[in-house]
Amino acid sequence: MSTETLEKEAVQDVAVPKEPLFSAKNKRLLTDPLDDDNPITVQVLGICSALAITVQVQQAVVMSLSVVFVMLFGNMIISVFRNVIPSRIRIIVQLVVVAALVILVNEILKAFLPDISERLSVFVGLIITNCIIMGRFEAFAMGNKVFPSALDGIGNAMGYAWILVAVAVAREVFGSGAISFPGVGQIKFVPEGFFEFGYMNNNLMILPPMALIVVGIIIWVQRARNRKLIEEN
Amino acid sequence: MEALNIFVKSIFIDNMIFAYFLGMCSYLAVSKTVQTAVGLGFAVIFVLGITVPINYLLENFVLAEGALVWLDPSFATVDLSFLSFIMFIAVIASMVQLVEMIVEKFAPALYGALGIFLPLIAVNCAILGGSLFMQERQYTGIGDATVFGLGSGVGWLLAIVGIAAIREKIRYSNVPAPLRGLGITFIITGLMGIAFMAFMGIEL
Repeated sequence: MSTETLEKEAVQDVAVPKEPLFSAKNKRLLTDPLDDDNPITVQVLGICSALAITVQVQQAVVMSLSVVFVMLFGNMIISVFRNVIPSRIRIIVQLVVVAALVILVNEILKAFLPDISERLSVFVGLIITNCIIMGRFEAFAMGNKVFPSALDGIGNAMGYAWILVAVAVAREVFGSGAISFPGVGQIKFVPEGFFEFGYMNNNLMILPPMALIVVGIIIWVQRARNRKLIEEN
Repeated sequence: MEALNIFVKSIFIDNMIFAYFLGMCSYLAVSKTVQTAVGLGFAVIFVLGITVPINYLLENFVLAEGALVWLDPSFATVDLSFLSFIMFIAVIASMVQLVEMIVEKFAPALYGALGIFLPLIAVNCAILGGSLFMQERQYTGIGDATVFGLGSGVGWLLAIVGIAAIREKIRYSNVPAPLRGLGITFIITGLMGIAFMAFMGIEL
């Protein structure tokens, strides 16, 4: 993310007249990160943990929910304390807040979803260094009131989540021809008849490099639709 | 032989970028020119080589179940591993700070080269990822853990220098407009990852 946007958002805190709970500005906080200001495809944040866990839809959904939780409460906590955190040690304070929330998430996953928690392995822990979270703390929560910060947290986490789930759906449908849901079992998306005509599951989709290529294609489609996002070079 | 095996494996097969996508944020942001990519790559090797062994000691003498026996035999059932995230990130953040100050004092030339990258590294997923993989894979000894840390760093350097070189050249190509910049970098990284998969299964 560029420094100008950081500064622009930081100065928004100047006393604004009382506004309705879901004013146009607050709604934009929720909707902008979904497309125009998407954390993954536009701000290029949080890719580290996003790609490795998109082999299966259920893992991606669990990971997204964890990030929504951490992001929402992290943004609110930082926003509450924004005036008492000394700016020299703010990175450490932010890390402690995220780490505490992530420990909470990790313990809950271990207790209630042990097999998914096993498959997510180190990536739940890596939410701590997820740049989206630190980025939003720095750029938004440190300079804004609690309610807008909460909306911003949800918006950005949802922007992250839909990319994650989209990549996971593409990889699982083309990679194994079916999506497995917990409790329901596998639901086939490729009709049996296709296989008789020689259709084969693309095993490459399950391997890590394809996650990058699928995200590359999502970026391509998004920028072809929304031409103001195109980069110079 | 075991150490060599871990080293080669962590560079090529379990490459931080191509197999686990760790440290992607700085990988994408700092790979515009080869020179800065090399600087950041060496800083990552340096920090991984220091923090992985320290976190190994922390894990095996403080956090793991029964690790506190050296203090008192009655601590054999104490399991502090739920604290590992917060301890690891604290070690990493403080080590990065410390390394930055030491390098600034004793090697100003190196500080000039690495300086701006060091603070970035504290929140680089590859560093925390290195410590968490070390914890998950249960290396048998501080030597193996150090070798793993250094190897992962070398693998990361290799990846970022490779992509930076390609990005310098691709400026002269006619990339479709919506793919320019980020999009094509993703796709190239994916192709590099497929190439790296050729190393899979190598054992020394």
